Amino acid sequence: MPSEKMLMIGSHVVAEAAVRAGCRYYFGYPITPQNELPEYLSARLLEVGGTFIQGESEVSSINMVLGASAVGARTMTSSSSPGVSLKQEGISYMAGMELPGVIINMMRGGPGLGNIAPSAADYFQATRGGAHGDYRTPVLAPAGGQELVDLTFVAFDLADKYRTPVMLLGDGLMGQVMEPVIFPDFIDLKDLPEKDWIVDGCEGREPRALFSMFLGQQGELYQHNLHLQEKYDKITAEEMRWETNCPDDAEMVVVAYGTAARIAESAIEELEAEDLRLGLFRPITLWPFPKPALRELSKKVPKVAVFEFSLGQMVEDVIFSVGERAEIYFHGLPGGIIPTPADVADFLRSAAKGDGKVGRRIDV
Amino acid sequence: MITRTTFAGFGGQGVLLMGYVLCHGGMHKGLDVTYFPSYGAEMRGGTANCTVTLSDKKIASPVASKPDALVAMNYPSLEKFEPTVAENGTVFLNSSLFTETPSRDDIEVLQVPTAELAREVGSDRGANMVMIGAVCAKTGLLTVEETIKGMEGALKGKEKFFPQNQKAIERGFAFVADGK
Repeated sequence: MPSEKMLMIGSHVVAEAAVRAGCRYYFGYPITPQNELPEYLSARLLEVGGTFIQGESEVSSINMVLGASAVGARTMTSSSSPGVSLKQEGISYMAGMELPGVIINMMRGGPGLGNIAPSAADYFQATRGGAHGDYRTPVLAPAGGQELVDLTFVAFDLADKYRTPVMLLGDGLMGQVMEPVIFPDFIDLKDLPEKDWIVDGCEGREPRALFSMFLGQQGELYQHNLHLQEKYDKITAEEMRWETNCPDDAEMVVVAYGTAARIAESAIEELEAEDLRLGLFRPITLWPFPKPALRELSKKVPKVAVFEFSLGQMVEDVIFSVGERAEIYFHGLPGGIIPTPADVADFLRSAAKGDGKVGRRIDV
Repeated sequence: MITRTTFAGFGGQGVLLMGYVLCHGGMHKGLDVTYFPSYGAEMRGGTANCTVTLSDKKIASPVASKPDALVAMNYPSLEKFEPTVAENGTVFLNSSLFTETPSRDDIEVLQVPTAELAREVGSDRGANMVMIGAVCAKTGLLTVEETIKGMEGALKGKEKFFPQNQKAIERGFAFVADGK
Protein backbone atom coordinates (compact mmCIF):
# COMPACT_ATOMS: atom_id res chain seq x y z
CA MET A 1 0.00 0.00 0.00
CA PRO A 2 1.31 3.50 -0.78
CA SER A 3 1.59 5.77 2.25
CA GLU A 4 -0.84 8.57 3.00
CA LYS A 5 0.33 12.08 2.14
CA MET A 6 3.07 12.98 4.61
CA LEU A 7 4.89 16.23 5.41
CA MET A 8 8.61 15.52 5.71
CA ILE A 9 11.93 17.26 5.24
CA GLY A 10 13.97 16.22 2.21
CA SER A 11 16.63 14.27 4.10
CA HIS A 12 13.97 12.16 5.83
CA VAL A 13 12.18 11.65 2.52
CA VAL A 14 15.28 10.17 0.89
CA ALA A 15 15.88 7.95 3.94
CA GLU A 16 12.34 6.55 4.00
CA ALA A 17 12.33 6.08 0.22
CA ALA A 18 15.59 4.12 0.45
CA VAL A 19 14.09 1.78 3.05
CA ARG A 20 11.05 1.20 0.87
CA ALA A 21 13.32 0.62 -2.16
CA GLY A 22 14.90 -2.27 -0.29
CA CYS A 23 17.97 -0.67 1.28
CA ARG A 24 18.71 -2.52 4.52
CA TYR A 25 22.34 -1.49 4.98
CA TYR A 26 23.39 2.10 5.58
CA PHE A 27 26.91 3.25 6.37
CA GLY A 28 27.78 6.89 6.91
CA TYR A 29 29.63 9.52 8.86
CA PRO A 30 27.92 12.70 10.12
CA ILE A 31 28.20 16.04 8.35
CA THR A 32 25.89 19.08 8.20
CA PRO A 33 23.54 19.71 6.37
CA GLN A 34 22.45 16.09 5.94
CA ASN A 35 22.62 14.69 9.48
CA GLU A 36 18.85 14.29 9.57
CA LEU A 37 19.21 11.50 7.01
CA PRO A 38 21.40 9.13 9.08
CA GLU A 39 19.54 10.22 12.22
CA TYR A 40 16.29 8.98 10.69
CA LEU A 41 17.81 5.74 9.42
CA SER A 42 19.51 4.97 12.73
CA ALA A 43 16.04 4.31 14.15
CA ARG A 44 14.17 3.28 11.01
CA LEU A 45 16.50 0.50 9.84
CA LEU A 46 16.16 -1.27 13.18
CA GLU A 47 12.39 -1.41 12.68
CA VAL A 48 12.79 -3.28 9.38
CA GLY A 49 15.57 -5.63 10.46
CA GLY A 50 18.29 -3.62 8.72
CA THR A 51 21.73 -2.47 9.80
CA PHE A 52 22.85 1.09 10.49
CA ILE A 53 26.53 1.72 11.08
CA GLN A 54 28.18 5.05 11.75
CA GLY A 55 31.64 4.38 10.41
CA GLU A 56 34.75 5.93 11.91
CA SER A 57 35.10 8.05 8.78
CA GLU A 58 33.73 8.64 5.29
CA VAL A 59 36.45 6.39 3.88
CA SER A 60 35.45 3.43 6.03
CA SER A 61 31.75 4.06 5.33
CA ILE A 62 32.07 3.91 1.55
CA ASN A 63 34.19 0.77 1.86
CA MET A 64 31.48 -0.83 4.02
CA VAL A 65 29.05 0.01 1.19
CA LEU A 66 31.47 -1.71 -1.21
CA GLY A 67 31.56 -4.80 1.01
CA ALA A 68 27.80 -5.01 1.53
CA SER A 69 27.28 -4.61 -2.20
CA ALA A 70 29.75 -7.41 -2.96
CA VAL A 71 27.53 -9.85 -1.09
CA GLY A 72 24.41 -8.64 -2.89
CA ALA A 73 22.78 -6.08 -0.57
CA ARG A 74 20.98 -2.92 -1.61
CA THR A 75 23.13 -0.43 0.26
CA MET A 76 23.86 3.26 0.46
CA THR A 77 25.79 6.05 2.10
CA SER A 78 25.12 9.76 2.37
CA SER A 79 27.17 12.84 3.04
CA SER A 80 27.70 16.44 2.01
CA SER A 81 30.39 17.87 -0.25
CA PRO A 82 33.63 17.54 1.81
CA GLY A 83 32.53 14.08 2.96
CA VAL A 84 31.73 13.00 -0.59
CA SER A 85 35.23 14.05 -1.64
CA LEU A 86 36.59 11.61 0.95
CA LYS A 87 34.45 8.82 -0.50
CA GLN A 88 35.79 9.22 -4.02
CA GLU A 89 38.44 6.51 -3.80
CA GLY A 90 35.82 3.95 -2.78
CA ILE A 91 33.50 5.07 -5.57
CA SER A 92 36.24 4.54 -8.14
CA TYR A 93 36.88 1.03 -6.75
CA MET A 94 33.16 0.27 -6.93
CA ALA A 95 33.07 1.46 -10.55
CA GLY A 96 36.07 -0.72 -11.34
CA MET A 97 34.58 -3.74 -9.56
CA GLU A 98 31.16 -3.02 -11.05
CA LEU A 99 29.41 -2.85 -7.71
CA PRO A 100 26.00 -1.22 -7.32
CA GLY A 101 25.40 1.26 -4.51
CA VAL A 102 23.76 4.62 -3.91
CA ILE A 103 25.61 7.72 -2.76
CA ILE A 104 23.60 10.73 -1.59
CA ASN A 105 25.29 14.14 -1.75
CA MET A 106 23.39 17.03 -0.11
CA MET A 107 25.79 19.67 -1.39
CA ARG A 108 27.18 22.53 0.73
CA GLY A 109 29.59 25.34 0.01
CA GLY A 110 33.21 24.56 -0.91
CA PRO A 111 36.06 24.29 -1.70
CA GLY A 112 37.64 22.76 1.38
CA LEU A 113 35.35 22.73 4.38
CA GLY A 114 33.55 25.74 2.87
CA ASN A 115 30.37 26.39 4.83
CA ILE A 116 27.12 24.59 5.64
CA ALA A 117 24.88 26.63 3.35
CA PRO A 118 23.38 25.12 0.19
CA SER A 119 25.49 25.00 -2.95
CA ALA A 120 25.67 23.11 -6.24
CA ALA A 121 29.37 23.34 -6.91
CA ASP A 122 30.03 19.57 -7.01
CA TYR A 123 28.66 19.18 -10.55
CA PHE A 124 32.09 18.57 -12.07
CA GLN A 125 33.04 16.04 -9.41
CA ALA A 126 29.73 14.20 -9.71
CA THR A 127 29.50 14.07 -13.50
CA ARG A 128 33.14 13.57 -14.48
CA GLY A 129 33.80 10.43 -12.49
CA GLY A 130 35.04 12.08 -9.33
CA ALA A 131 38.16 10.02 -8.70
CA HIS A 132 40.84 8.41 -10.87
CA GLY A 133 40.24 6.22 -13.88
CA ASP A 134 38.01 6.08 -16.94
CA TYR A 135 34.60 5.79 -15.36
CA ARG A 136 31.33 7.64 -15.03
CA THR A 137 28.68 7.58 -12.36
CA PRO A 138 25.02 8.07 -13.24
CA VAL A 139 23.90 11.25 -11.44
CA LEU A 140 20.25 11.98 -10.62
CA ALA A 141 19.30 15.54 -9.69
CA PRO A 142 15.91 15.76 -7.99
CA ALA A 143 14.17 19.10 -7.54
CA GLY A 144 12.90 18.13 -4.09
CA GLY A 145 9.51 16.93 -2.85
CA GLN A 146 7.99 13.89 -4.52
CA GLU A 147 10.91 13.61 -6.93
CA LEU A 148 13.18 12.79 -3.99
CA VAL A 149 11.04 9.69 -3.43
CA ASP A 150 10.83 8.69 -7.06
CA LEU A 151 14.48 9.20 -7.94
CA THR A 152 15.69 7.35 -4.83
CA PHE A 153 13.87 4.28 -6.20
CA VAL A 154 15.34 4.94 -9.65
CA ALA A 155 18.84 5.23 -8.15
CA PHE A 156 18.70 1.75 -6.61
CA ASP A 157 17.22 0.25 -9.77
CA LEU A 158 19.83 1.84 -12.06
CA ALA A 159 22.63 0.75 -9.72
CA ASP A 160 21.52 -2.90 -9.86
CA LYS A 161 20.64 -2.85 -13.56
CA TYR A 162 24.04 -1.58 -14.65
CA ARG A 163 26.15 -2.76 -11.69
CA THR A 164 27.40 0.75 -10.99
CA PRO A 165 27.48 3.26 -8.15
CA VAL A 166 24.77 5.89 -8.67
CA MET A 167 24.75 9.36 -7.15
CA LEU A 168 21.70 11.31 -6.02
CA LEU A 169 22.74 14.95 -6.07
CA GLY A 170 20.70 17.26 -3.85
CA ASP A 171 21.67 20.31 -1.82
CA GLY A 172 21.46 21.47 1.77
CA LEU A 173 18.31 23.48 1.13
CA MET A 174 16.52 20.50 -0.41
CA GLY A 175 17.45 18.39 2.59
CA GLN A 176 15.84 20.89 4.99
CA VAL A 177 12.72 21.91 3.06
CA MET A 178 9.51 20.18 4.16
CA GLU A 179 6.90 19.23 1.57
CA PRO A 180 4.08 16.72 1.20
CA VAL A 181 5.08 13.37 -0.33
CA ILE A 182 3.51 9.98 -0.91
CA PHE A 183 5.65 6.85 -0.66
CA PRO A 184 5.05 3.76 -2.78
CA ASP A 185 4.76 0.43 -1.03
CA PHE A 186 7.88 -1.44 0.09
CA ILE A 187 9.43 -3.48 -2.68
CA ASP A 188 9.90 -7.16 -1.95
CA LEU A 189 13.61 -7.93 -2.22
CA LYS A 190 12.69 -11.41 -3.47
CA ASP A 191 11.15 -9.81 -6.58
CA LEU A 192 14.49 -8.33 -7.69
CA PRO A 193 16.52 -10.12 -10.37
CA GLU A 194 19.05 -12.55 -8.94
CA LYS A 195 22.61 -11.22 -8.80
CA ASP A 196 24.72 -13.97 -10.33
CA TRP A 197 28.03 -12.28 -9.57
CA ILE A 198 28.00 -11.79 -5.80
CA VAL A 199 30.58 -13.36 -3.51
CA ASP A 200 28.39 -14.91 -0.84
CA GLY A 201 30.09 -18.28 -0.39
CA CYS A 202 30.74 -20.82 -3.15
CA GLU A 203 29.63 -24.11 -1.67
CA GLY A 204 28.32 -26.21 -4.54
CA ARG A 205 29.47 -23.81 -7.27
CA GLU A 206 32.59 -22.35 -8.86
CA PRO A 207 34.27 -19.62 -6.79
CA ARG A 208 33.79 -16.04 -7.97
CA ALA A 209 36.00 -13.00 -7.46
CA LEU A 210 35.42 -9.24 -7.55
CA PHE A 211 38.41 -7.00 -8.07
CA SER A 212 39.48 -3.72 -9.63
CA MET A 213 43.13 -4.63 -10.34
CA PHE A 214 43.96 -6.19 -13.69
CA LEU A 215 47.65 -7.01 -14.02
CA GLY A 216 47.32 -9.72 -16.69
CA GLN A 217 49.56 -9.59 -19.74
CA GLN A 218 46.88 -9.99 -22.40
CA GLY A 219 45.48 -6.46 -22.28
CA GLU A 220 43.17 -7.41 -19.44
CA LEU A 221 42.68 -3.86 -18.14
CA TYR A 222 42.31 -2.58 -21.69
CA GLN A 223 39.47 -5.05 -22.27
CA HIS A 224 37.92 -4.22 -18.90
CA ASN A 225 37.87 -0.51 -19.72
CA LEU A 226 36.30 -1.17 -23.11
CA HIS A 227 33.67 -3.26 -21.36
CA LEU A 228 32.97 -0.42 -18.92
CA GLN A 229 32.77 2.05 -21.79
CA GLU A 230 30.19 -0.12 -23.54
CA LYS A 231 28.13 0.03 -20.38
CA TYR A 232 28.45 3.83 -20.17
CA ASP A 233 27.44 4.12 -23.83
CA LYS A 234 24.34 2.03 -23.10
CA ILE A 235 23.45 4.19 -20.10
CA THR A 236 23.92 7.31 -22.24
CA ALA A 237 21.64 5.90 -24.93
CA GLU A 238 18.90 4.67 -22.62
CA GLU A 239 18.81 6.55 -19.34
CA MET A 240 18.76 10.30 -20.05
CA ARG A 241 16.05 12.12 -18.14
CA TRP A 242 14.90 15.71 -18.36
CA GLU A 243 11.81 17.90 -18.09
CA THR A 244 10.88 20.65 -20.55
CA ASN A 245 8.22 23.29 -20.20
CA CYS A 246 8.67 25.63 -23.12
CA PRO A 247 5.99 27.55 -25.04
CA ASP A 248 6.35 27.41 -28.85
CA ASP A 249 6.97 31.15 -29.08
CA ALA A 250 9.51 31.29 -26.23
CA GLU A 251 12.26 33.85 -26.83
CA MET A 252 14.56 32.26 -24.27
CA VAL A 253 14.86 28.93 -22.47
CA VAL A 254 16.25 28.76 -18.94
CA VAL A 255 18.44 25.77 -18.09
CA ALA A 256 18.74 24.89 -14.40
CA TYR A 257 18.66 21.78 -12.21
CA GLY A 258 17.68 20.90 -8.65
CA THR A 259 16.67 23.71 -6.30
CA ALA A 260 17.99 26.33 -8.75
CA ALA A 261 15.43 25.08 -11.29
CA ARG A 262 12.57 25.62 -8.85
CA ILE A 263 13.69 29.15 -8.04
CA ALA A 264 14.05 29.80 -11.77
CA GLU A 265 10.54 28.43 -12.38
CA SER A 266 9.09 30.96 -9.93
CA ALA A 267 11.11 33.71 -11.63
CA ILE A 268 9.64 32.66 -14.99
CA GLU A 269 6.14 32.84 -13.48
CA GLU A 270 6.87 36.35 -12.16
CA LEU A 271 8.05 37.48 -15.61
CA GLU A 272 4.89 36.27 -17.36
CA ALA A 273 3.32 39.51 -16.11
CA GLU A 274 5.96 41.45 -18.08
CA ASP A 275 5.18 39.60 -21.32
CA LEU A 276 8.50 37.80 -21.38
CA ARG A 277 7.94 34.41 -23.00
CA LEU A 278 10.33 32.00 -21.30
CA GLY A 279 10.70 28.23 -21.15
CA LEU A 280 12.43 25.94 -18.68
CA PHE A 281 14.67 22.98 -19.47
CA ARG A 282 15.56 20.93 -16.39
CA PRO A 283 18.12 18.12 -16.69
CA ILE A 284 17.23 15.31 -14.28
CA THR A 285 20.19 13.09 -15.16
CA LEU A 286 23.30 15.27 -15.00
CA TRP A 287 25.30 12.35 -16.33
CA PRO A 288 24.26 11.37 -18.86
CA PHE A 289 23.43 15.02 -19.61
CA PRO A 290 20.40 15.21 -21.94
CA LYS A 291 22.38 16.84 -24.74
CA PRO A 292 20.24 15.72 -27.72
CA ALA A 293 17.04 17.13 -26.18
CA LEU A 294 18.65 20.48 -25.38
CA ARG A 295 20.26 20.59 -28.81
CA GLU A 296 16.84 20.18 -30.48
CA LEU A 297 15.34 22.86 -28.26
CA SER A 298 18.15 25.31 -29.06
CA LYS A 299 17.27 25.07 -32.75
CA LYS A 300 13.90 26.65 -31.99
CA VAL A 301 14.72 29.15 -29.24
CA PRO A 302 17.16 32.00 -29.96
CA LYS A 303 18.54 32.37 -26.42
CA VAL A 304 19.55 30.02 -23.62
CA ALA A 305 19.99 31.32 -20.05
CA VAL A 306 21.85 29.12 -17.55
CA PHE A 307 21.42 29.60 -13.81
CA GLU A 308 23.43 27.64 -11.24
CA PHE A 309 24.33 27.60 -7.53
CA SER A 310 27.96 27.61 -8.65
CA LEU A 311 30.19 29.93 -10.62
CA GLY A 312 29.77 27.88 -13.78
CA GLN A 313 29.92 24.09 -14.09
CA MET A 314 26.79 22.70 -15.80
CA VAL A 315 27.10 25.60 -18.24
CA GLU A 316 29.91 23.64 -19.93
CA ASP A 317 27.51 20.81 -20.78
CA VAL A 318 25.05 23.40 -22.05
CA ILE A 319 27.76 24.81 -24.31
CA PHE A 320 28.51 21.28 -25.61
CA SER A 321 24.80 20.81 -26.32
CA VAL A 322 23.91 24.19 -27.81
CA GLY A 323 27.12 25.29 -29.52
CA GLU A 324 26.50 28.34 -31.66
CA ARG A 325 22.86 27.54 -32.38
CA ALA A 326 21.68 30.02 -29.74
CA GLU A 327 23.10 32.84 -27.63
CA ILE A 328 24.11 31.51 -24.19
CA TYR A 329 23.90 33.64 -21.02
CA PHE A 330 25.12 32.55 -17.61
CA HIS A 331 24.50 33.65 -14.03
CA GLY A 332 25.82 31.74 -11.04
CA LEU A 333 26.22 32.25 -7.34
CA PRO A 334 28.84 30.65 -5.12
CA GLY A 335 27.86 28.57 -2.09
CA GLY A 336 26.49 30.27 0.98
CA ILE A 337 23.97 32.52 -0.73
CA ILE A 338 20.33 31.58 -1.27
CA PRO A 339 18.96 33.57 -4.19
CA THR A 340 15.29 34.50 -4.43
CA PRO A 341 13.12 34.26 -7.54
CA ALA A 342 13.42 38.08 -7.80
CA ASP A 343 17.23 37.77 -8.09
CA VAL A 344 16.88 35.24 -10.90
CA ALA A 345 14.23 37.40 -12.59
CA ASP A 346 16.78 40.27 -12.70
CA PHE A 347 19.19 37.99 -14.56
CA LEU A 348 16.54 36.77 -17.00
CA ARG A 349 15.41 40.33 -17.79
CA SER A 350 19.01 41.31 -18.41
CA ALA A 351 19.68 38.26 -20.59
CA ALA A 352 16.51 38.87 -22.60
CA LYS A 353 17.70 42.43 -23.32
CA GLY A 354 21.30 41.30 -23.72
CA ASP A 355 22.46 44.32 -21.68
CA GLY A 356 24.98 42.37 -19.58
CA LYS A 357 23.88 44.01 -16.30
CA VAL A 358 23.35 40.71 -14.45
CA GLY A 359 25.29 37.60 -15.45
CA ARG A 360 27.26 37.47 -18.68
CA ARG A 361 27.10 36.31 -22.26
CA ILE A 362 29.20 33.22 -22.93
CA ASP A 363 31.58 33.55 -25.84
CA VAL A 364 31.38 30.07 -27.39
CA MET B 1 -3.75 31.83 -4.90
CA ILE B 2 -0.25 31.79 -3.46
CA THR B 3 0.72 33.15 -0.04
CA ARG B 4 4.10 33.27 1.60
CA THR B 5 4.49 33.83 5.33
CA THR B 6 7.78 34.36 7.16
CA PHE B 7 7.95 33.56 10.88
CA ALA B 8 10.92 34.91 12.84
CA GLY B 9 12.08 35.24 16.43
CA PHE B 10 14.44 33.90 19.09
CA GLY B 11 15.16 30.18 19.21
CA GLY B 12 12.76 28.82 21.85
CA GLN B 13 9.79 31.07 21.03
CA GLY B 14 8.15 28.34 19.01
CA VAL B 15 8.79 30.09 15.72
CA LEU B 16 9.36 26.94 13.68
CA LEU B 17 6.33 25.25 15.28
CA MET B 18 4.09 28.08 14.04
CA GLY B 19 5.35 27.28 10.55
CA TYR B 20 4.61 23.56 11.03
CA VAL B 21 1.06 24.35 12.14
CA LEU B 22 0.38 26.51 9.08
CA CYS B 23 1.97 23.87 6.83
CA HIS B 24 -0.01 20.94 8.25
CA GLY B 25 -3.21 22.99 8.25
CA GLY B 26 -2.66 23.95 4.60
CA MET B 27 -2.04 20.35 3.60
CA HIS B 28 -5.16 19.27 5.51
CA LYS B 29 -7.08 21.87 3.51
CA GLY B 30 -5.82 20.30 0.27
CA LEU B 31 -3.32 23.02 -0.65
CA ASP B 32 0.24 22.50 -1.84
CA VAL B 33 2.65 23.60 0.88
CA THR B 34 6.38 24.14 1.36
CA TYR B 35 8.24 24.88 4.58
CA PHE B 36 11.69 26.41 4.30
CA PRO B 37 13.66 26.86 7.56
CA SER B 38 16.74 28.95 8.01
CA TYR B 39 19.52 26.85 9.37
CA GLY B 40 22.86 28.04 10.56
CA ALA B 41 25.75 27.06 12.74
CA GLU B 42 24.03 28.80 15.66
CA MET B 43 21.50 26.87 17.72
CA ARG B 44 20.65 27.93 21.27
CA GLY B 45 19.78 31.56 21.91
CA GLY B 46 20.15 32.46 18.27
CA THR B 47 17.56 33.61 15.79
CA ALA B 48 15.21 31.26 13.99
CA ASN B 49 13.06 31.82 10.97
CA CYS B 50 11.07 29.88 8.44
CA THR B 51 8.97 30.63 5.39
CA VAL B 52 5.78 28.75 4.62
CA THR B 53 4.17 28.89 1.19
CA LEU B 54 0.57 27.83 0.58
CA SER B 55 -0.88 27.60 -2.91
CA ASP B 56 -3.81 26.02 -4.72
CA LYS B 57 -1.34 25.21 -7.54
CA LYS B 58 1.96 23.35 -7.48
CA ILE B 59 4.58 25.50 -5.73
CA ALA B 60 7.82 26.05 -7.65
CA SER B 61 10.25 27.87 -5.35
CA PRO B 62 10.19 27.25 -1.59
CA VAL B 63 12.27 30.45 -1.29
CA ALA B 64 10.17 33.62 -1.32
CA SER B 65 11.19 36.90 -2.97
CA LYS B 66 8.79 38.96 -0.83
CA PRO B 67 6.65 37.39 1.89
CA ASP B 68 3.03 38.52 1.98
CA ALA B 69 3.00 38.28 5.76
CA LEU B 70 5.70 38.60 8.41
CA VAL B 71 5.35 37.33 11.96
CA ALA B 72 7.99 39.00 14.14
CA MET B 73 8.20 37.51 17.62
CA ASN B 74 11.03 39.87 18.64
CA TYR B 75 12.32 43.26 17.60
CA PRO B 76 15.49 42.11 15.75
CA SER B 77 13.24 40.01 13.49
CA LEU B 78 11.13 43.05 12.61
CA GLU B 79 14.28 45.04 11.80
CA LYS B 80 15.72 42.25 9.68
CA PHE B 81 12.66 41.22 7.69
CA GLU B 82 10.56 44.41 7.42
CA PRO B 83 12.29 45.46 4.18
CA THR B 84 11.46 42.10 2.54
CA VAL B 85 7.67 42.26 3.05
CA ALA B 86 5.58 42.74 -0.10
CA GLU B 87 3.70 46.01 -0.61
CA ASN B 88 0.29 45.84 1.09
CA GLY B 89 1.57 42.90 3.11
CA THR B 90 0.74 42.31 6.75
CA VAL B 91 3.12 42.38 9.70
CA PHE B 92 2.21 40.65 12.97
CA LEU B 93 4.12 41.88 16.01
CA ASN B 94 4.53 40.24 19.39
CA SER B 95 3.61 43.30 21.47
CA SER B 96 4.20 41.40 24.73
CA LEU B 97 7.89 41.79 24.02
CA PHE B 98 8.28 45.04 22.07
CA THR B 99 6.21 48.05 21.08
CA GLU B 100 8.21 49.35 18.12
CA THR B 101 6.33 49.39 14.81
CA PRO B 102 7.50 49.33 11.17
CA SER B 103 8.69 52.56 9.58
CA ARG B 104 7.00 51.66 6.26
CA ASP B 105 3.48 52.94 5.64
CA ASP B 106 2.58 50.54 2.82
CA ILE B 107 2.04 47.54 5.11
CA GLU B 108 -0.69 46.67 7.56
CA VAL B 109 0.31 46.08 11.19
CA LEU B 110 -1.34 43.96 13.86
CA GLN B 111 0.11 44.01 17.37
CA VAL B 112 -0.75 40.87 19.31
CA PRO B 113 -0.14 40.72 23.09
CA THR B 114 0.63 37.01 22.81
CA ALA B 115 1.87 36.29 26.34
CA GLU B 116 -1.02 38.12 28.06
CA LEU B 117 -3.63 36.37 25.92
CA ALA B 118 -1.98 32.99 26.41
CA ARG B 119 -1.89 33.53 30.18
CA GLU B 120 -5.59 34.40 30.10
CA VAL B 121 -6.42 30.95 28.71
CA GLY B 122 -4.08 29.05 30.97
CA SER B 123 -0.40 29.18 30.05
CA ASP B 124 2.21 31.71 28.89
CA ARG B 125 3.75 28.97 26.84
CA GLY B 126 0.91 29.14 24.35
CA ALA B 127 2.07 32.54 23.04
CA ASN B 128 3.04 31.08 19.66
CA MET B 129 -0.34 29.32 19.38
CA VAL B 130 -2.17 32.60 20.08
CA MET B 131 -0.08 34.20 17.35
CA ILE B 132 -0.73 31.51 14.73
CA GLY B 133 -4.43 31.79 15.55
CA ALA B 134 -4.29 35.54 14.98
CA VAL B 135 -2.32 35.09 11.73
CA CYS B 136 -4.77 32.56 10.28
CA ALA B 137 -7.76 34.65 11.37
CA LYS B 138 -6.44 37.92 9.94
CA THR B 139 -5.15 36.51 6.65
CA GLY B 140 -8.00 34.07 6.19
CA LEU B 141 -5.50 31.35 5.25
CA LEU B 142 -7.11 28.77 7.55
CA THR B 143 -10.34 28.53 9.51
CA VAL B 144 -10.12 27.93 13.25
CA GLU B 145 -10.92 24.23 12.69
CA GLU B 146 -8.21 23.93 10.01
CA THR B 147 -5.70 25.67 12.27
CA ILE B 148 -6.47 23.24 15.10
CA LYS B 149 -6.09 20.32 12.66
CA GLY B 150 -2.75 21.81 11.64
CA MET B 151 -1.63 21.97 15.27
CA GLU B 152 -2.63 18.34 15.78
CA GLY B 153 -0.72 17.29 12.67
CA ALA B 154 2.36 19.24 13.71
CA LEU B 155 2.33 17.80 17.25
CA LYS B 156 1.40 14.20 16.43
CA GLY B 157 2.40 12.00 19.37
CA LYS B 158 2.11 14.87 21.86
CA GLU B 159 -1.67 14.69 22.31
CA LYS B 160 -1.55 15.91 25.92
CA PHE B 161 -0.78 19.42 24.64
CA PHE B 162 -3.75 19.55 22.26
CA PRO B 163 -6.44 20.99 24.61
CA GLN B 164 -4.26 23.83 25.91
CA ASN B 165 -3.02 24.69 22.42
CA GLN B 166 -6.56 24.63 21.06
CA LYS B 167 -7.62 27.22 23.66
CA ALA B 168 -4.69 29.43 22.71
CA ILE B 169 -5.45 29.18 18.97
CA GLU B 170 -9.11 30.04 19.64
CA ARG B 171 -8.00 33.03 21.72
CA GLY B 172 -5.93 34.27 18.76
CA PHE B 173 -8.98 34.03 16.48
CA ALA B 174 -11.14 35.83 19.06
CA PHE B 175 -8.56 38.61 19.37
CA VAL B 176 -8.82 39.34 15.64
CA ALA B 177 -12.62 39.10 15.64
CA ASP B 178 -13.16 41.31 18.69
CA GLY B 179 -10.06 43.50 18.54
CA LYS B 180 -9.20 42.66 22.13
